[in-house]
Amino acid sequence: MQTLRLKRDWIYGWLLLLPALVFLFAFTHIPAVTTLLNSFFSTPRGRRPAKFIGLENYERMLNDAVFWKVLWNNLWFAIGTIPVSVALAIVMALWVNDKLAGRSFVRMAYFTPTVLPLIAVANIWLFFYTPGFGLFDQITGFLFGWPASNYLGNPETALNAIIVVTVWKEAGFFMIFYLAALQAIPISLKEAAQIEGAGRWTIFWRITFPLLMPTTLFVCVNAVINSFRLVDHIFILTDGGPDNASALLLFYIYEVAFRFWETAYGATLTVALLVLLSLLAIGQFFFFDRKVHYK
Amino acid sequence: MLKSTFLKAVAATALTFSTWASAQAVDLQFYFPVAVGGKAADTIQELTAEYVAQNPDVNIDAVYAGSYQDTVAKAITASRGGNPPQLSVILSVDMYTLIDEDLIVPFDDYLTTEEDKKWLEGFYPAFMENSQTGGKTYGIPFQRSTPVLYWNKDAFKDAGLDPEVAPETWEEMVEFGKKLTKKDASGNATQWGVRIPSSGFPYWLFQGLAIANGAELVNAEGNKTNFDDPKVVEALQYLVDLSTKHEVMAPGIIEWGATPKAFFEGQTAMMWTSTGNLTNVRDNAPFDFGVAMLPAKVTRGAPTGGGNFYLFKGASDEQNKAAVEFVQWITAPEQSAKWTIATGYVAPRAETWETEEMKAYTADFAPALVARDQLEFAKAELSTYQNQRVTGLFNDALAAVITGQKDAETALKEAQAQADEILAEYR
Amino acid sequence: MTRASDMFDRFLNTFAAWALALLWILPLAYAVWTAIHPSAYEANFDLFAPLTTENFVKAWQAAPFHRYFLNTFILVTMILAGQFLLCTLAAFAFARFEFPGRNVLFALVLLQLLVMPDILMVENYQTMRLLNLVDTIPAIALPYIASGFGIFLLRQTFMTIPKELDEAARIEGASVLGVLWKVYIPLAKPTYLAYGLVSVSHHWNNFLWPLIVTNSVETRPVTVGLSVFSAIDSGIEWSVINAATLMTSGPLLIAFLLFQRQFVQSFMRAGIK
Repeated sequence: MQTLRLKRDWIYGWLLLLPALVFLFAFTHIPAVTTLLNSFFSTPRGRRPAKFIGLENYERMLNDAVFWKVLWNNLWFAIGTIPVSVALAIVMALWVNDKLAGRSFVRMAYFTPTVLPLIAVANIWLFFYTPGFGLFDQITGFLFGWPASNYLGNPETALNAIIVVTVWKEAGFFMIFYLAALQAIPISLKEAAQIEGAGRWTIFWRITFPLLMPTTLFVCVNAVINSFRLVDHIFILTDGGPDNASALLLFYIYEVAFRFWETAYGATLTVALLVLLSLLAIGQFFFFDRKVHYK
Repeated sequence: MLKSTFLKAVAATALTFSTWASAQAVDLQFYFPVAVGGKAADTIQELTAEYVAQNPDVNIDAVYAGSYQDTVAKAITASRGGNPPQLSVILSVDMYTLIDEDLIVPFDDYLTTEEDKKWLEGFYPAFMENSQTGGKTYGIPFQRSTPVLYWNKDAFKDAGLDPEVAPETWEEMVEFGKKLTKKDASGNATQWGVRIPSSGFPYWLFQGLAIANGAELVNAEGNKTNFDDPKVVEALQYLVDLSTKHEVMAPGIIEWGATPKAFFEGQTAMMWTSTGNLTNVRDNAPFDFGVAMLPAKVTRGAPTGGGNFYLFKGASDEQNKAAVEFVQWITAPEQSAKWTIATGYVAPRAETWETEEMKAYTADFAPALVARDQLEFAKAELSTYQNQRVTGLFNDALAAVITGQKDAETALKEAQAQADEILAEYR
Repeated sequence: MTRASDMFDRFLNTFAAWALALLWILPLAYAVWTAIHPSAYEANFDLFAPLTTENFVKAWQAAPFHRYFLNTFILVTMILAGQFLLCTLAAFAFARFEFPGRNVLFALVLLQLLVMPDILMVENYQTMRLLNLVDTIPAIALPYIASGFGIFLLRQTFMTIPKELDEAARIEGASVLGVLWKVYIPLAKPTYLAYGLVSVSHHWNNFLWPLIVTNSVETRPVTVGLSVFSAIDSGIEWSVINAATLMTSGPLLIAFLLFQRQFVQSFMRAGIK
């Protein structure tokens, strides 16, 4: 009887999973494997079919200055976006969770970037950054008499300008998760601490922040993935320029595969991205598993 | 016995089908991109509908495929999927890519009569440069443009310059620019002399300098670039000097899309941009403006730009013939004039400019003539095999020099070496 | 702590919160400003600038936005329906059934949280070409339908549902799918709402994959339509582009404004924290 029940469970389990697995394998797992395979072949062109070329694509990648540049950019992009947007999200959530005058407007303001398409707001930011008559230059010129700044056209600032837009886009989304978590913290904990004479700062670091830890980890995982995925605004703001100063890995993959039509080299770059992600995945999965109990 | 009956049946069926097919209208699918605002897409649809109404034996499905980038992507995927369009407008610079992908056929097989050959000669030679290679014609010019210099007459007056005279040479542009550049008390520029945008595709406007300096960036076969030619280095140095040495242009990469707005806002007294902006500037500039040819160095010079008609592989002879006839019709003076007036593209045939409509249009709006007159000095837009990659390298080199990360000679040498590596297999 | 310093503290916090809020809403405010004024006021902020609706008319006429809207609507509906169906079944399997390979398969599902379909665009594009689906709306939707995030989220929710409810329903003779339908799904409503909102706003705004896989008016969603519309050779007309931006994100913005409270609460109740 027991084994019969188990057998039936097996069949139900598999059948219920089947549709999702078909799609998961078709568009995630199998493509990941074929990406690897294709990276050992040359790009087929109209007059020349693909042929096996071993590690040639990888050799090219290692010698590709642009690849190293975008990799480095992506690292900087991650360092620039993740801590700032997570910290801002916590601060926003704390404020909005408080009894603040005009709370619903403030909450709406923080959240709007999430519902606006990045590709569309990029045009607005393009105006903000425009030298001379752009909004930022008008403000800094008026207040401090600064000269026009070419934020997007200067390799030192282009990536930072992209980072600012990304932080703006992400912080409000992460805030929602923190807001949900904050409201689940029993108010009695805070009151008990206050009776013992703890200040706001102490309460935050000793009570609130540790209790937000699972959320922080969840949000961080998302932020890490996004730092490899969010490239929409680059198309409008800089198109990766000047001289690839603001190109990220995924943007470069797009460029290689769909502008240069070099799909094999695009596959090779994708493998690099997958390796990078799996390293992060392994690291995070263990971290995630130990700290957060999602049972 | 059985076999021969079967074959007869097959033959009979085939015969029925072919007679049936010839009685039917020829179906053509035609992709077109739109790269300027306004009524471009509507105009193409209207013209196509007019042609179909006049020619009941042809049926044309005109598909608006988006940007140039979209259109070429769509054409490539459709062809690979075995369903190519018969006709498409695609950037003239994509010619080598399309040949390399084995997607297009030359027009020559369908232009056999004397009359046809004469028709082909009716296009401005500057436009034919990146429409022909290896003695064959792969592209027929249609939506073509060229960059020109726009100037703000009010700003010229304020600076004590003759508002009716644009700079003729590189030296004059610097000289005028110095007079036109205004700075406030703290030394910040409130108005620059000139603006040559360098975002996205800096190579195009840079060609206006390189050609004027007598340089050719690429050979006619599209497989050998001359990026490190001293004349190119000199042209690039001049571009950088405009910002660093002469201080008549804003430093760093200058955004293409924001350029007309900067001109309207008085941020710059002169700008270089496409003739595709004529209508935009006419509608929005709050001051009198002029349009002139790009200034000269050893010669006048400018690149051409824009899209050509291409015939795709996989079509039947009949379809190709019908497609060529349609192309001949739509580039004929009357239609071409309509198209030019609606969009601001440069009419690619001299005879179009002789029509009553065009005469009326240019009498009312003389700047439109500048682009035509400049064609005499214009050269092909930079185009090679693996075009996107090679021009991408060149763009990166230009950006690196403009932003002061590399000097002109080093950057161009590096770009040349990389381009050589890519193009070696095509020689 | 004294009352005065407490007040001061409160004031500072409110001030900072508002300052940040104003900063955050600035792009939207600017979009509204340019969209309702003539283009000459794109960079001049004059309180008495004349108002106009011309930009909206211009944008609406300049591109087939009605078609783009329809495409996006079909797209997000298709994705949402597919996700709900597939993720529910899979999550149910993971939450309530013991079967060999469960842990390995769950790990494979979680893998998709990291390796999102966008990252595999080169291969997925080849797949779509093989399936002859390039330039169709299903091609945009298919890679997202089996969502690792959705499966994970629903599994978490299903696991919080007491087994007793499940068993009671079975005793009453409900089938496996019947239990899922009558017990699990109704109790997981907040999760569905929260996940649905995230999914809809994500796919409404998604750009890169649709850009690659579509190339005609009949399939393009609003984001790609908007980029085609703004990427023209002549200069950027912010007033018209921003009018278009407001139109394209309008439905989502209004929905959010109306359902703000429910939105946040459904997140909380869904236990996404």
